[in-house]
Amino acid sequence: MSSTTTDDSFQPASFAFSAENLDKAQATIAKYPAGRQRSAVMPLLDLVQRQEGWVSLAAMNLVAEMLDLAPIRVYEVATFYTMFNLKPVGKYHLQVCTNLPCMLRGSQEIVEACQAELGVGLGETTADGTFTLSEVECLGACVNAPVIWIGDDYYEDLSVESTKALIAALKRGEEPKPGSQSGRQFSAPASGPTTLTTLAGGDA
Amino acid sequence: MPKLTIDGREIEVEAGTTIMQAADQLGIEIPRFCYHERLAIAGNCRMCLVEVEKSPKPVASCAMPVGEGMVVKTDTPTVLKARKGVMEFLLINHPLDCPICDQGGECDLQDEAMAYGGDRGRYKEEKRAVKEKSYGPLVKPIMTRCIHCTRCVRFITDVAGVPELGGTFRGEHLEIGTYVEKALSSELSGNIIDLCPVGALTNKPYAFTARSWELKKTESVDVFDAVGANIRVDTRGNQVMRVIPRVNDEVNEEWLGDKSRFAVDGLLRQRLDRPYVRKDGKLVAASWGEALAVVADKLKSLDGGKIAALAGDMADAEAMVAAKDLFTKLGSANLDCRQDGARIGTGPRASYLFNTGIAGIEEADALLLIGTNPRKEAPVLNARIRKRYTKGKFPIASVGPRTNLTYKYEHLGAEAAVLTAIADGSHPFAATLKAAQKPMLVIGQGALSRLDGDILLGLARKIAETCGLVKDGWNGFNVLHTAAARVGGLDLGFLPGSGGRDVEAILSGAEKGEIGLVYLLGADEIDTKRLGQAFVVYQGSHGDAGAHRADVILPGAAYTEKDATFVNTEGRVQHTRLAVFPPGEAKEDWKILRALAEQAGVALGYDDLAGVRARLVEVNPVFAAEGPAVAAWGAFGAEGQPSSDPLESPIDNYYMTDPISRASQTMAECTATFVGCAHKRTGTNG
Repeated sequence: MSSTTTDDSFQPASFAFSAENLDKAQATIAKYPAGRQRSAVMPLLDLVQRQEGWVSLAAMNLVAEMLDLAPIRVYEVATFYTMFNLKPVGKYHLQVCTNLPCMLRGSQEIVEACQAELGVGLGETTADGTFTLSEVECLGACVNAPVIWIGDDYYEDLSVESTKALIAALKRGEEPKPGSQSGRQFSAPASGPTTLTTLAGGDA
Repeated sequence: MPKLTIDGREIEVEAGTTIMQAADQLGIEIPRFCYHERLAIAGNCRMCLVEVEKSPKPVASCAMPVGEGMVVKTDTPTVLKARKGVMEFLLINHPLDCPICDQGGECDLQDEAMAYGGDRGRYKEEKRAVKEKSYGPLVKPIMTRCIHCTRCVRFITDVAGVPELGGTFRGEHLEIGTYVEKALSSELSGNIIDLCPVGALTNKPYAFTARSWELKKTESVDVFDAVGANIRVDTRGNQVMRVIPRVNDEVNEEWLGDKSRFAVDGLLRQRLDRPYVRKDGKLVAASWGEALAVVADKLKSLDGGKIAALAGDMADAEAMVAAKDLFTKLGSANLDCRQDGARIGTGPRASYLFNTGIAGIEEADALLLIGTNPRKEAPVLNARIRKRYTKGKFPIASVGPRTNLTYKYEHLGAEAAVLTAIADGSHPFAATLKAAQKPMLVIGQGALSRLDGDILLGLARKIAETCGLVKDGWNGFNVLHTAAARVGGLDLGFLPGSGGRDVEAILSGAEKGEIGLVYLLGADEIDTKRLGQAFVVYQGSHGDAGAHRADVILPGAAYTEKDATFVNTEGRVQHTRLAVFPPGEAKEDWKILRALAEQAGVALGYDDLAGVRARLVEVNPVFAAEGPAVAAWGAFGAEGQPSSDPLESPIDNYYMTDPISRASQTMAECTATFVGCAHKRTGTNG
């Protein structure tokens, strides 16, 4: 990771919010008391990323202008949070957790499966611009490890097979069901309920 | 007031003092990197850890306010171990490149590592490196050396008010920088070099030229603007290597403008190092005796009314008094030190001083700027205005150029009509001034050097009087000068005497042939084409506009080459000191005039520096004063209808305003970077 200064050929010349997002942005800014508009910097950057998939320099400059901030203050925030993409990403941004709990549950194989299925390495985007594969730090879903984060959804309890199926479904343009891929409910015990078994009928 | 014990010594300090400040008062040294007296507290380097009784772990003393009965220990094994731990972490990514680092010898990290560093590293992994950056022609960043103290970020954001630096990315990847490639556009950017505790930010033009221990340090005063910042001139051999600021809370705190710091390479270029006499249209090298004889003969052959002298913006008081005495004794009243034609200096001393004082800005509670852009005319003084502004409740309004001053202000317009309205109370800002306890106004040379300058000065006086700017114990009327020599010249009365000509009349007289000889004492900011057929003598340090037109050149000394007196815009008398000798045959300026007087058969009545200085005091007792004296109020300025032309700042290229900065390569680079190559090279006559 380094500053984007040397190669900025991918940076667009300008950025503008869509009419709908501009309304949202102004509503967000209005939430904060007068003189404290800078608090809206993260929601606005998020709005940018939802619109474009990533946060360009031009967009950061626009956010700075909207909030009456020095551009560097926006750069600081946008670069601090790794969730803001500072480079264009594919339509699906596969963020695989490789921290300890996920690793113990086989995240290494998940990463290899993704690489094999997509034909790209970590931090790379497929030639058709559909998939970007990234390695990320703990996503806070260790109880359902291993986990891949795509868009607003977590895909949990992954195995090599379910990862391949997930990618295949995305390639077909389907919307796979988020959450546990092993069939369990949320983070309930994988082997079925272990307490309150007498109430299994659910009529309590 | 809380009482606490540090290392067994009791001290009572003001509430809100930090442990580190209390320890500093006791003279107990606590190592620090991020803390700086004049910057906001960050508390991120952790080097200043101390032990506080009843605290479970070591405490960062820079960020911890003292409490009643606190018992602090700064020299226990725990403290030593904690600091050694911090140092080891700081050194993990810091390169061991001290031998090729310009900070070597004056590096805080190097010094503290002597006390807290290990004798070997335990870190075997790869060190991080930061990609090379560029901050423009003045500051050289080598951010691999950065320890992330954020002093530069806090300075640029808070003090300079040009928020262009920040910390991007995080953790291991944190980088201090501009993120997008960008030259730092602050006129105070050089100060981050002094602030940087390591070699991450160093002086670019000075890079790899000298080591701090080889330098001879001479305390002096800056002359690139009228603030008179206190400086230290570092020399090696007979060459000025660099200039850095000295602490003077009354004047520059510890900041210095970029021109004052970086234009010193101009001291080596375009220098006049021997006398020249024009023969058959060409300047030919001559001896001192020959050159002086030519000038003396010419002076003697002309009637007193046909000779004139103009003093430049960097002329020292000693030279000006000698020139004045010489010309007065030759029967000439044609003297002027106002090259820009400023209509000022005839009234009481208060009419041309920055009466509030630079430190006094911090007490003010309303400010009106008239025809001035202090950011370009006096960046250090502008930082003081910003300092006051950041404390809040400080309405600022400007009548003049609309520009970024690094703080918010109300732009009332650029026309003098606004001033008339404020003076008669019909403008809303008049009420703001009247409501303030300590209101002040600053009138710049952009207003005073206009043809209606005396009317504008009169308007400013009227505003000062009607809006309560002048009262017991407070004088809010301020003139911001741009020339270091100006106040000294006005104090000495280097002005047209009775029947004498001012700068405009001298030039028009020369054009018409009524003036036979013009003596330019470092005066380059005039239109030399207007000197007509007059015999021109140029005495000065640089081959600039004046020397090109001259018939005789008498090589003088620059401000680093003489013991000379300058009076700053506040009326503060300060002295430069000889740090290096003038080049070649050049001499201290008053001595040249003394020798010329002798040749011309005039006795000046002083033969040494003490004698000249006594003469200064004789002419005006303020030259004996330590610090600025309070100047008495009185009538000045003129009545009348000001012109409707917009008010402008006299400086549009901060980096080139005088012969030294015009000769400087660094300043030329700055001009190209910040102003644009095609920019006209003008001075205050622009």
